[in-house]
Amino acid sequence: MKYGLQFRDVFAAWESILEGVWITLLLSGVAMVGGLAIGVLCAAARVYGPGWLRRLVGAYVEVIRNTPLLVQLFLIFFGLPSLGLRLDGLTAAMIALVINLGAYTTEIVRAGLEAVPKAQIEAGHSLGLSGLQVFRYIVVFPALKAMFPALASQFVLMMLATSVVSQISVQDLFHAASIVQSRTFRDFEVYTVIGVLYLSLAFAFRGLFAVIYRLAFVQR
Amino acid sequence: MIREFGFIDVMYLVGAARWTLLLTVTAFAGASVLGLAIAIARILPFAPVRWIAAGYTHIVQGTPLLVWLFLIFFGLPLIGISVNPWLAAAVGFSVYGSAFLGEIWRGALVSIAKTQWEAGASLGLSMAEQLRYVIIPQSVRVAIPPTVGFLVQLIKNTSLAAVIGLVELTREGQLTAAGTYKPFAVYITVACIYFLMCFPLTQWSRSLERKLDVAR
Amino acid sequence: MSLVEIREISKSYGTVQVLKGVSLDVAKGEVVAVIGRSGSGKSTLLRCVNGLEVIQAGTIRVDGVQVNDPATDLRKLRQQVGIVFQSFNLFPHLSVCDNITLAPRVVKKQAPEQAREIARDVLRRVGLEGKLDAFPSQLSGGQQQRVAIARSLAMQPKLMLFDEVTSALDPELTGEVLKVLESVAQEGMTMILVTHEMGFARRFGSRVVFMHEGRIHEEGQAAAVLAEPQTPELKTFLSAVLH
Repeated sequence: MKYGLQFRDVFAAWESILEGVWITLLLSGVAMVGGLAIGVLCAAARVYGPGWLRRLVGAYVEVIRNTPLLVQLFLIFFGLPSLGLRLDGLTAAMIALVINLGAYTTEIVRAGLEAVPKAQIEAGHSLGLSGLQVFRYIVVFPALKAMFPALASQFVLMMLATSVVSQISVQDLFHAASIVQSRTFRDFEVYTVIGVLYLSLAFAFRGLFAVIYRLAFVQR
Repeated sequence: MIREFGFIDVMYLVGAARWTLLLTVTAFAGASVLGLAIAIARILPFAPVRWIAAGYTHIVQGTPLLVWLFLIFFGLPLIGISVNPWLAAAVGFSVYGSAFLGEIWRGALVSIAKTQWEAGASLGLSMAEQLRYVIIPQSVRVAIPPTVGFLVQLIKNTSLAAVIGLVELTREGQLTAAGTYKPFAVYITVACIYFLMCFPLTQWSRSLERKLDVAR
Repeated sequence: MSLVEIREISKSYGTVQVLKGVSLDVAKGEVVAVIGRSGSGKSTLLRCVNGLEVIQAGTIRVDGVQVNDPATDLRKLRQQVGIVFQSFNLFPHLSVCDNITLAPRVVKKQAPEQAREIARDVLRRVGLEGKLDAFPSQLSGGQQQRVAIARSLAMQPKLMLFDEVTSALDPELTGEVLKVLESVAQEGMTMILVTHEMGFARRFGSRVVFMHEGRIHEEGQAAAVLAEPQTPELKTFLSAVLH
């Protein structure tokens, strides 16, 4: 018997899918904003902070980058309640994603700050600029420009990685797939549609970041 | 029956890590073969081949690994291949890894100066011979640090195989957590085992990177 | 019959035309020195001869084989046409011996021992027989360039092209490379050299070709052309390089 692909039932469930898209976008947005904030703070601490703080931030970065996101998520969602901290799925997901992305952005931001040639900073100081002025006028712009492409691709990877939150029953796009699947029994078709949606989101994000990059950094 | 989370459970988890490592090795082997083909296809002087390889890379990198695992898990039976979680995971990770390795290795190949290709061509070497004897041996040095870095990503990502029911470290952790009601202790242990596998590789990758920078 | 026949060739990069109808014949055993300012098209001309650059018009024949014919097997042609580059382009991951024997082994299918013998022989000819197992990074620039010449010689080419082979070298190292070039010329090799070494061009170039803005502006017997330039462009060029 030949299996015929059939998408009608899958498309009929568009409302569940759309809700999933919304949750995925929400999680991605929170992760990007929160992760960037953590990344900037931690990178600053790592480059300009005292020794003990540098080591602390370094430990955070290493621990997060050398363990799976899924395990981090399980630890927060299933593990913390046994310490008396009970979180709903969406909150746990947001916390896990922000902590995870924060570690990666810390490294990217740090690399960006360190990419500004020492000679330029020295030139700024020798012109009589204060430390803050050197940072404001000499470091910020080239550093942002250097870190932007890496940040953008990390953000897209993060958007795709949010799919793991389905494993703690957060109703994101990937979770929507399993709902539609259980309703229609069209496994392959469901995951094809979901895959195409993720791909479209990824392209949309890449396009958006490319536009931002051009507006902010090109021809200046 | 609820049991305590004790030393024996820790040993079980450590034992389950071998499936994580085995899956990583399998996936790396599959991803290497596919990835090398992709990397070479992306630098060939035939535009359509380059476009196909680039399209493949963009599509695979633009879709979550979970989606690939499920597509393969549910898709292979449709073309008459019966799947178990191992086969689905091996194929899924190979596809996923090939896009990333292909990208890393393409970068290594294009980092070799064009004059090296020319020198080979001028001696009468064919394109394949230039690649085989001149370009690839030189790009290996450049490729190794990011490849080791990718291996860390692969180890961590194999945790997603738990979702299609493959019993590796994370899945074993889920089962142990359900059996002992000590999820915090269990997942901390699981995280530690992952860390012990990944961190040395991360450090190694970094030291290789530094050596390469010094050599340049 | 000429070994190299270049007829009315044109070459553009995008909208910039670098060769504008260049014709040149080189007889067997002849040594032709191509001189001219940077950007005059002289290196491009050289690279067209072994098919490294694609031309848009005209024809190039080497030993009767048309280089710019898509049906021509460039691999075969390049076994007969050696080229030595300004930046040596040795393979840094291979020893001197492997640099030299790679093409004989892979392309000509020579046995390793036989190829090694040839490597010894060509290294002797460039005065580096002791460096068989050294790596390029252990050699001086002049030595690297001599190995590059040896690598070309090992393929026993009918024609050798030299693209500013001394320009990347410190002045005190150019002498040893020029000496090797002289001995190769004395062995009867047909050579086309793009060079800034006017002294060398005068002594060994049986002919000098002066290129200017993508054309051959002036050519003739080396001594005559260099001593009595006919055009103001060549006069200007010579007075600039000789001082």
